[in-house]
Amino acid sequence: MNIIVCIKQVPETTEVRINPETNTLIREGVKSIINPFDMYAIEEAVRLKEKFGGKATVISMGPPQAEAALREALSMGIDNGILVGDRAFAGSDTWATSYTLAAAIKTAGEFDLIICGKQASDGDTAQVGPGISTHLDIPQVTYVKKIEEVKDKVMRVERMMEEGFEIIETPLPCLITVVKEINEPRLPSLKGMMRAKSAKITVLTQKELDLDPQSIGLCGSPTQVVKIFTPPPRKGGQILSGETEEIAGKLVELIKDEVH
Amino acid sequence: MDYLLTEEQKMIKGLAHKIAEEKIRPVAAKYDQSEEYPWDVIKVIADSDLFGLFIPEEYGGLGVNVMNLCLATEELSRACGGIAVCYAASALGTFPIVLFGNDAQKKKYLPDLAKGKKVAAFAITEPEAGSDASAIKTTAKKEGKHYILNGLKHFITNGGDAEIYVVIAMTDKTRGARGASAFIVEKGTPGFSFGKKEDKFGIRASSTRELIFTDCKVPEENLLSKEGMGFIVTMKTFDMSRPGVAAQALGIAQGALELAVKYVRERQQFGKSISSFQGIQWMLADMATEVEAARGLVYSTARMLDAGVKDVAKDSAMAKMFASDVAMKVTVDALQLFGGYGYMKDYPIEKYVRDAKITQIYEGTNQIQRSIIALQLIKEIAK
Repeated sequence: MNIIVCIKQVPETTEVRINPETNTLIREGVKSIINPFDMYAIEEAVRLKEKFGGKATVISMGPPQAEAALREALSMGIDNGILVGDRAFAGSDTWATSYTLAAAIKTAGEFDLIICGKQASDGDTAQVGPGISTHLDIPQVTYVKKIEEVKDKVMRVERMMEEGFEIIETPLPCLITVVKEINEPRLPSLKGMMRAKSAKITVLTQKELDLDPQSIGLCGSPTQVVKIFTPPPRKGGQILSGETEEIAGKLVELIKDEVH
Repeated sequence: MDYLLTEEQKMIKGLAHKIAEEKIRPVAAKYDQSEEYPWDVIKVIADSDLFGLFIPEEYGGLGVNVMNLCLATEELSRACGGIAVCYAASALGTFPIVLFGNDAQKKKYLPDLAKGKKVAAFAITEPEAGSDASAIKTTAKKEGKHYILNGLKHFITNGGDAEIYVVIAMTDKTRGARGASAFIVEKGTPGFSFGKKEDKFGIRASSTRELIFTDCKVPEENLLSKEGMGFIVTMKTFDMSRPGVAAQALGIAQGALELAVKYVRERQQFGKSISSFQGIQWMLADMATEVEAARGLVYSTARMLDAGVKDVAKDSAMAKMFASDVAMKVTVDALQLFGGYGYMKDYPIEKYVRDAKITQIYEGTNQIQRSIIALQLIKEIAK
């Protein structure tokens, strides 16, 4: 079973600070980690590989430092790493990102399954996984909490719902996004870390992928970020006390004040 | 202080740190209370390859390296001295096979130990043979192609949970210390059973049991080295393992120090953090300095062993003795800084005091260590 895992490197903190002038994340001084949801994707890929054989490849689109995230995935048991990185891809929204990643996946050979985390902890869009499956024209199942069975190019999974879960059968190849209930990611092993340290990471740039320049990077991104802001904390309410008539009177006064 | 660790050593330290924080610290109190063997944590340590740090590469390990073993033991001990000793005691039980085993013995036993599929234990102590190891009463009598073992070992760390035991028994009582031999005994060998599990003051996650040998038939190919080599095996094993005990003590001290610094910053009295009081600051300064001095001694000794320096008995003894005395003092001071809260089991610090105490006692009491150091000093002068 050949598996592709898509991962993203994100800032460790959940309280990201934003540069008010450029509307971009302030990354300085913040440690980068693998998106926590992607850790479950990596673990599930390694487990499937251990069970069915085959190889697992991890792909990330990002700046050169995303290589560290790929190596960490390798230290957990993934076989190959591909970094999709080029200045030309900068500013990609989820559409352009999934288009570019889909093109990179096509270069990685035959695959049976693509696994993504359900969403990234920085952008929280949950769109890139489904986007990739659309660009590749393969089925997708989001929010998978369990892979029940893989047999004869068909996979049966449990898909998490707000209440309960669905059981879905899908032909392979397909794309799934996974939730944290699916497994408990392992820690890396020393042998894995040593192998990962010297492993070759394939770098794919616009030169190798040769994509339509209008479809990548900022140009290929229909989403425009107009403003990013931290919502102001809600102010505490006001509690009126006293006899009912008294409260009603106060309330009317307050509403009057508000209207004027 | 920067100990100029190699990339590989930083990797080992980092991984052991991650295991300690994510997998050990959350369960340390639970195992301390239940006294169960922490198999789930041992499995995590095994999957991380840390059991390979004391086993040669040709037998599935990562190469024998005392410094690497010390770094891993120190980090694990920061979170729990009890769980860390389950790991370190397997190294103690494995060293005799690594140092004195023949190729067949190594091939048979080391790969599973390197993967952590099995853990090992070392058994020399008996009710009447502690520091005086020559008083061993367990016997091994040759009969045909077997040795028949009879006797009782006690206070054996990993006893009952380990699969592989290295047992010291007398093959020739008339020769005293030179009549002792070392045997590999597998759990399940007929005539080999376990006695009571000890209810201990500290390191309660680790198991300590009696080993009982009643006409236990051990195949002759399980003899390590030759007959009469039992004490040489023991001494050489302890030379290798003592820095590990020292690293355990060091980790416990470091862990307690970190908790204390964090606590005094948060604790408010007289309207301010108690870390602003000079009396508290001076205690912290002394504790940190002592821990760092212990670390220097432990790492230097480990590096000497790895570099193949011949006579390390004195240095090994100094490292073990000093680091464990520091652990005792620093943990007691850390508890003092926690005040009344520190005395309560709801807080993690009293466990550090209990876990530290054993490091002054086992693998040679600190009094025995001082004797080793003094005798060596006198010998050197007499040369």
